[in-house]
Amino acid sequence: MINMYEVAETNKMIEKENLDVRTITLGISLLDCIDSDLKKLNDNIYTKITTVAKDLVETGQEIEKEFGIPIVNKRISVTPIALIGGSACRKPEDFVTIAQTMDRAAKKVGVNLIGGYSALVSKGMTKADELLIHSIPEALKVTERVCSSVNLGSTKTGINMDAVKLMGEILLETAELTKEQDSVSCMKLVVFCNAPDDNPFMAGAFHGVTEADAIINVGVSGPGVVKTALSKVRGESFEVLCETIKKTAFKVTRVGQLVAQEASKRLHIPFGIVDLSLAPTPAIGDSVADILCECGLEYAGAPGTTAALALLNDQVKKGGVMASSYVGGLSGAFIPVSEDQGMIDAVQAGALTLEKLEAMTCVCSVGLDMIAIPGDTKATTISGMIADEMAIGMINQKTTAVRLIPVIGKGVGETVEFGGLFGYAPIMPVNQFSCDDFVNRGGRIPAPIHSFKN
Amino acid sequence: MKRTIITVVGKDTVGIIARVCTYLAENKINILDISQTIVQGYFNMMMIVNMEESTQKFDVIVSELDKLGEDIGVSIKCQREDIFDKMHRI
Repeated sequence: MINMYEVAETNKMIEKENLDVRTITLGISLLDCIDSDLKKLNDNIYTKITTVAKDLVETGQEIEKEFGIPIVNKRISVTPIALIGGSACRKPEDFVTIAQTMDRAAKKVGVNLIGGYSALVSKGMTKADELLIHSIPEALKVTERVCSSVNLGSTKTGINMDAVKLMGEILLETAELTKEQDSVSCMKLVVFCNAPDDNPFMAGAFHGVTEADAIINVGVSGPGVVKTALSKVRGESFEVLCETIKKTAFKVTRVGQLVAQEASKRLHIPFGIVDLSLAPTPAIGDSVADILCECGLEYAGAPGTTAALALLNDQVKKGGVMASSYVGGLSGAFIPVSEDQGMIDAVQAGALTLEKLEAMTCVCSVGLDMIAIPGDTKATTISGMIADEMAIGMINQKTTAVRLIPVIGKGVGETVEFGGLFGYAPIMPVNQFSCDDFVNRGGRIPAPIHSFKN
Repeated sequence: MKRTIITVVGKDTVGIIARVCTYLAENKINILDISQTIVQGYFNMMMIVNMEESTQKFDVIVSELDKLGEDIGVSIKCQREDIFDKMHRI
């Protein structure tokens, strides 16, 4: 039987160490909404989302109350819209109407974000993919809750460099359209290599075509819990360090598994996966960088950071895999800069650079995430940064992503405020040397040799 | 049977158990187990209860117990046992 000590431990994690379920994300297939008439398509999409997700928020709140665990976000992901809108949309503006429909549906059911304004173009772009990509800046400007993602490469297909080049331009255009609000729309746009079909986290969540009609995916979070556990084993060996992370990750993930199963049961929608993640927030004590410091580093970014992050990521997976019946999504430690107070401190102290962050992305999920860069950065430079990150994903057979915010009108040393869970970020310097001729070549980078496993 | 854990933590005073138990009795909530201790003047109690007979909705009980806790000057939490069970048992 459960004893007082165990109850107190769980409640301390929730109350003092920011243990929470970061998101319940309901994946909804829109494949059955496809119609060649744009108005009909929009109506179908609105009806499908508002029908399937009508009880999502209420059920989430019920679970929160009954188990006493905060569920921070309730979200929706849908089938990549480039696939859904292909037959009805003739110009980018047509796609924008779908974004507006998604936004309306999200507001109607009360979710805070809806993902899936996406295109999967790892090998090539269809006409619809191109139209959707061109519509992204406007779509993100005129909507509040819509998130967009584009998959630019994979280990199986290589990297679509034409799309990489295009996304550099689109990112700047997106920044330009919301320059009055510190280019805030860029927070809702992410590019991927090896994007998973079942990721519950935004901005990159979409409901892959390999998925069922509707599915519940859950992302847990508990950097504060891991940090507190590690503070009790200071000075101990790596064996003790790793065991402690593993056991803590197990406990954190079990909560996610429980919430996922409950939500699935109550909504009568199958349970998909739990995403084993350490997702920070700007709240004090909810930081992945602080865990790295607890491992023995002065700041995140100091020599040893990549090794510390690698072991952290691996132990989180080892502990989490045992705790959940199905694991998927991005699974690992997130290192967004603006959403993590410890990361912000490290940047401001001069300990953490973009290059070090790139190295860190080789050993964890996801990639260059929530990084503010000067607004006068060239599109080709952004494409070059994207290409580097895509290459890391492609060669290492892992998911990588890039979510950069070129802040128009601001430069290195200035700060940009995003608000809420998104935090604030110091603008980081970008390598000024040119990669124009490389990015402008056109075509694609072939699939790596280890993709030929047949 | 779905069991629920009620925890009461706060500064010790007269009648905490009495008031919590009275509320539970009024709402037809059956107490299966109680453990209680005082650590450095702080009252710590854990109850395992069965709410099957209760006519109130779970979230109403959570809110009312929370309010009762405020009146007494302690913190009262009411959670399904599953969250502890899942976390601490394989």
